[in-house]
Amino acid sequence: MSAKYRKKAKKARVIPGYHLTLGVVITMLSLIVLIPLASVLVYSLKISPSEFIKLLCRENVRNAFATSIGCAFIAAVINIFFGLIIAWTLVKYDFPGKRILDGFIELPFALPTAVAGITLSKLYSETGFFGSQLAKLGIKVAYTKVGLVIALIFVGIPFVVRAVQPVLEKTDGQYEEAAFMLGASPGKTFLSVILPELRPALLTGFGLAFARGIGEYGSVIYISGNSAKEHTQVISYVIMQKLSYVDYASATAIALVMLIISFLLLLFVNIVQAKQSARTNLL
Amino acid sequence: MNEIEKLEKSKKRVKYLLITVTVLFIVLMLVVPLISVISNSLAECFSFYIKSITTEYVKSALLVTLLATVVAVIVNTIFGICAAWLLTKFSFKGKHILATLIDIPFSISPVIVGLSYLMTFGRLGWFYPVIRAINMHFGTDIRIAFAIPGVVLATVFVTFPFVSREIIPVLNVQGKDEEEAAALMGAKGFTIFRKITLPHMKWGLIYGIILCTARALGEFGAVNALSKTRGETFTLPLEIDALYMSGTRTSITSAFAVSSILVILAIIILFARNIIEHSSRLKEPKGR
Repeated sequence: MSAKYRKKAKKARVIPGYHLTLGVVITMLSLIVLIPLASVLVYSLKISPSEFIKLLCRENVRNAFATSIGCAFIAAVINIFFGLIIAWTLVKYDFPGKRILDGFIELPFALPTAVAGITLSKLYSETGFFGSQLAKLGIKVAYTKVGLVIALIFVGIPFVVRAVQPVLEKTDGQYEEAAFMLGASPGKTFLSVILPELRPALLTGFGLAFARGIGEYGSVIYISGNSAKEHTQVISYVIMQKLSYVDYASATAIALVMLIISFLLLLFVNIVQAKQSARTNLL
Repeated sequence: MNEIEKLEKSKKRVKYLLITVTVLFIVLMLVVPLISVISNSLAECFSFYIKSITTEYVKSALLVTLLATVVAVIVNTIFGICAAWLLTKFSFKGKHILATLIDIPFSISPVIVGLSYLMTFGRLGWFYPVIRAINMHFGTDIRIAFAIPGVVLATVFVTFPFVSREIIPVLNVQGKDEEEAAALMGAKGFTIFRKITLPHMKWGLIYGIILCTARALGEFGAVNALSKTRGETFTLPLEIDALYMSGTRTSITSAFAVSSILVILAIIILFARNIIEHSSRLKEPKGR
């Protein structure tokens, strides 16, 4: 939006309702979101910095941060790989049952996290459908970090697929054709023509899936086993644990660090998206 | 010629490989868990299933869940329409900051939402004395944390940007020329909204409401921190958690039986979503 346009808009707002909607939006946003979040901030400021550090450096808290961030990162990387394949297949190829499969991608958004959690836990436990087969191979999934990663792949996959799909739909294959004409192999075409085109969308999907994974609670607490010894406690679980022990100081300290991490990730996604839209506007 | 044939062949091989990977991934990761909820819920006989989903606890949880969902949808629809109108029809200072603030609930762990309401309305919260003063003065017994209002508020929080996020892009694409023309010709605000804006954002609005409903029905982490009494303030996901955590074979089957209610709702939501996407694409061939 140019400065000239902005000036014009300020001079005369033709469309009515500016003050009304501004009032409603700011009031509701403050009451429901900002004031409660500010309470966490205010409470955590009461804790002295040295105590703050001490609370965060407890072994189980450190381990939980490592577990949450590590597993969410691995799951997000796996999701980028499979998300790209799935989005590519659903956009570029035609096959029977495609629309039903496409609809299933959004299942993790529609299925309550607690339901997903108990189902995955049951499926991968030693008596479950997958767990019993994997146990024969000597692989244990439920109550390990592997189980945690599987649950996070489940919750994260729609973010990547839905970020990549629209971008793939827009590319009409003319660059691919040009690359082919110039003698590039399909592999090379993919790596140096298609992949750069998809990079912002992949990064957005990665950022969203990663952010969701770090804070995930319902779908992971059943399959992870929540053992401090095995380092399978996620950070959300530790906060909940501190809350039930009425240890509000620890809970808010951990929450504050998580809030900062999610802000940074949100910022990252917003920057990537802004760059992406700037690029598409140029085209 | 041979070269091209070879290329075609390898392209076909890649195509079948990718389709296989996609089908396997979706079936193993998404379809099997869905089927497994249903099959687990029927592990005992059918009469047990019916008994599991008609206990007093489940009935109360269903009511709380529906209440929270209805309130969340109404509040967030009103908010979403206002926010979309504000952010797409006007330009003002701080617009981008406002847009980012609205998106906050997306990236926050639900457990932190629960925590923040406890820090506000709980015994240690700064709002607690206010509530107590009101209760003392009027002889009422208003409670927010560990009571229904807390559960409802937390649900509203986690679904807060769902509607606005779906309509804002639609209205951004549409622009504001039509509304400006209507306003210059003397149309009233509400008439402009009803006759011009609403038809444009219809599909986005319905889609947002569907997403909001899905999330509100299934919210777990945020309400888990704020709700402690089974049979009173528990929502369906909390009831499922309580049943599953009891750990006996029958109670786990009951947990899956209660889950099946939410699964059926999830399937309906997925269907509705697909139908809407299909109809909105038919209307605008270029799609979202």
